[in-house]
Amino acid sequence: MTHSSRALSVAALARVEGEGAMFVRTRDGVVEEVRLDIYEPPRFFEAFLRGRRYTEPPDITARICGICPVAYQMSACQAIERALGVEIPEPIQLLRRLLYCGEWIESHALHIYLLHAPDFLGYESAIEMAKDHGPIVERGLQLKKSGNEILELIGGRAIHPINVKIGGFFRAPTRAELRPLAERLAWARDAALETVRWVAGFEFPDFEQDYEFVAMRHPEEYAIARGRIVSNRGLDIDVAEFEEHVVETQVPHSTALHARLVERGTYMAGPLARYALNGEQLSPLAREAAAEAGLEAVCRNPFRSIVVRAVETLYACDEALRLIEGYDEPDRPSVDAPPRASVGHGCTEAPRGILYHRYAIDEEGLIAEARITPPTSQNQAQIEDDLRRFVEPRLDLPDDELTRRCEQAIRNYDPCISCATHFLDLKVVRA
Amino acid sequence: MAKPKLAVWKFASCDGCQLSLLDMEDELLAIAGRVEIAHFIEASRAVVRGPYDVSLVEGSITTPGDAERIREVRDSSEVLVTIGACATSGGIQALRNFGDVEEFARMVYAKPEYIATLDRSTAIADHVAVDLELRGCPIDRRQLLEVITALLAGRRPNIPTVSVCQECKRRGTPCVMVTKGEPCLGPVTHAGCGAICPAYGRGCYGCFGPMETPNTESLTRWVGERGMGRRELKLVFRTFNANAPAFREESERQESGR
Repeated sequence: MTHSSRALSVAALARVEGEGAMFVRTRDGVVEEVRLDIYEPPRFFEAFLRGRRYTEPPDITARICGICPVAYQMSACQAIERALGVEIPEPIQLLRRLLYCGEWIESHALHIYLLHAPDFLGYESAIEMAKDHGPIVERGLQLKKSGNEILELIGGRAIHPINVKIGGFFRAPTRAELRPLAERLAWARDAALETVRWVAGFEFPDFEQDYEFVAMRHPEEYAIARGRIVSNRGLDIDVAEFEEHVVETQVPHSTALHARLVERGTYMAGPLARYALNGEQLSPLAREAAAEAGLEAVCRNPFRSIVVRAVETLYACDEALRLIEGYDEPDRPSVDAPPRASVGHGCTEAPRGILYHRYAIDEEGLIAEARITPPTSQNQAQIEDDLRRFVEPRLDLPDDELTRRCEQAIRNYDPCISCATHFLDLKVVRA
Repeated sequence: MAKPKLAVWKFASCDGCQLSLLDMEDELLAIAGRVEIAHFIEASRAVVRGPYDVSLVEGSITTPGDAERIREVRDSSEVLVTIGACATSGGIQALRNFGDVEEFARMVYAKPEYIATLDRSTAIADHVAVDLELRGCPIDRRQLLEVITALLAGRRPNIPTVSVCQECKRRGTPCVMVTKGEPCLGPVTHAGCGAICPAYGRGCYGCFGPMETPNTESLTRWVGERGMGRRELKLVFRTFNANAPAFREESERQESGR
């Protein structure tokens, strides 16, 4: 079989959040072009945030993504609170971390069980997978629900929570209200441990890449909602320096901008990056589970991201339990945050990787300028790079099999196209 | 008997409303046992050709291509249900309707000429006939479950059209306007969320859009007398349902100073 000229394409990538397509063109066994087409309609958030009150970005930017609204709320709050010079008391910060754990559990369980696992086991969907693996899919759904219960209790609802505000929360839960959550999470922690063991048994393609990993780092905790931005190649910057180091460019085939590190190129954000940079800060239980699953200190095979995602889910359950155990009701649910003319930057670890916000606020408290860089637009160039390297040695595969494998490679990143435009059809052209 | 075919479609949106279907963790597999999930790209690679018995449509129409695609969805669907504020009113992205979309594109994109977009974000019902609307940003998943259950049973779904105020009273939450002087859109907002915001000590911000025949003028007078200026009142109505007629008219009234 010769492949002098070949094109693979997927016009609507399934089991990703949002709308995208994939296109691969090869000639004489060489990949000439790889494109992740993002055709999700643009929604212009940065534009219509101008002129809004400085208190509104947590509610408005949550609407960029129904899967990770808390990430948007947390990055927006951090940016605006930094602009206003407001110090957030530790009990409120810990409550925010607990809320964020809920989103990690919900989003990771969704991706592991409903979006990614069917690739490894050869199903079109989790619903089809459930016909053969009913109890496993049930476990995944209940694990996901455990994350949603945190979001509902602390946030008011699972999608677009209403309880987050600049300065803290509208209302802080009582210790007694958190107690039933702890019982549920004790079950979820066991389910997450089972999840790590389950996904560790999948077959992974032999595909290791030398990535620049970029993640938040904080001296005292596995960074989620605060810290500096670091990489395994020496990047170590304050959040406010993000735009000096990351450039976004627009490409014709995407309504999402592509991000690269200045003079260095593509990089990877998300679970693999966090694990590589901060893995020693995971809880003992999560570290043991990672070791038992065969993960070394750094994982360079993006297909194994599903294992790392499971380890992080376990960690998020463990951490949520710890936070509930040590919960002190804040004296007040929020601190005052009066406006002033200023600029502030925020960055937190969305389930898919770092999410950056910047706001300029005028003296009346109106937003003069907004900038948002979601994780999927940071990973987009790296995904294309992965595809290029992944496809070439596998050109002997038939189109439908190669297409399926490419989709799996894209899902390694849990891409959120709704976020990135603020992703996917596969097309492979072999010429 | 063949199972009814369910399709889920996405237009301009955040994916949150279709996620509500996957968020029915206790019911999802049971639903999948009763209906054939024939087209749900976020959840499955498998696509079954239409026609479909029920289509759930998320998102608003913002591109020339989508204005065409929604007609194809309508033609292939027996019952079309719009889910969420984007689909029922145009969503937060309808804020472009009050500005200049070319200016917006220039603010976000270095090469706006690559971007194909309409100058307005509009509801699905502005383009095709809609059989049922589910409000909310996001929708309430219990309401979605009620719609699916009712359609399977062949009865009308029980979706109240009263205001958030009534849900709030039933929940026993002290009124945030009366007790704290907090501005609240509860009196003019469509029920369905369960009156979450007042229960957390904040005023309703109207994410379910206007109720039937809302008296927005009376509400803005009350709030205005307690110190909120017209510019801010305008913004209060210009959020996730900014293009819903009653909210649009009130925000324009505030803007014009009538």
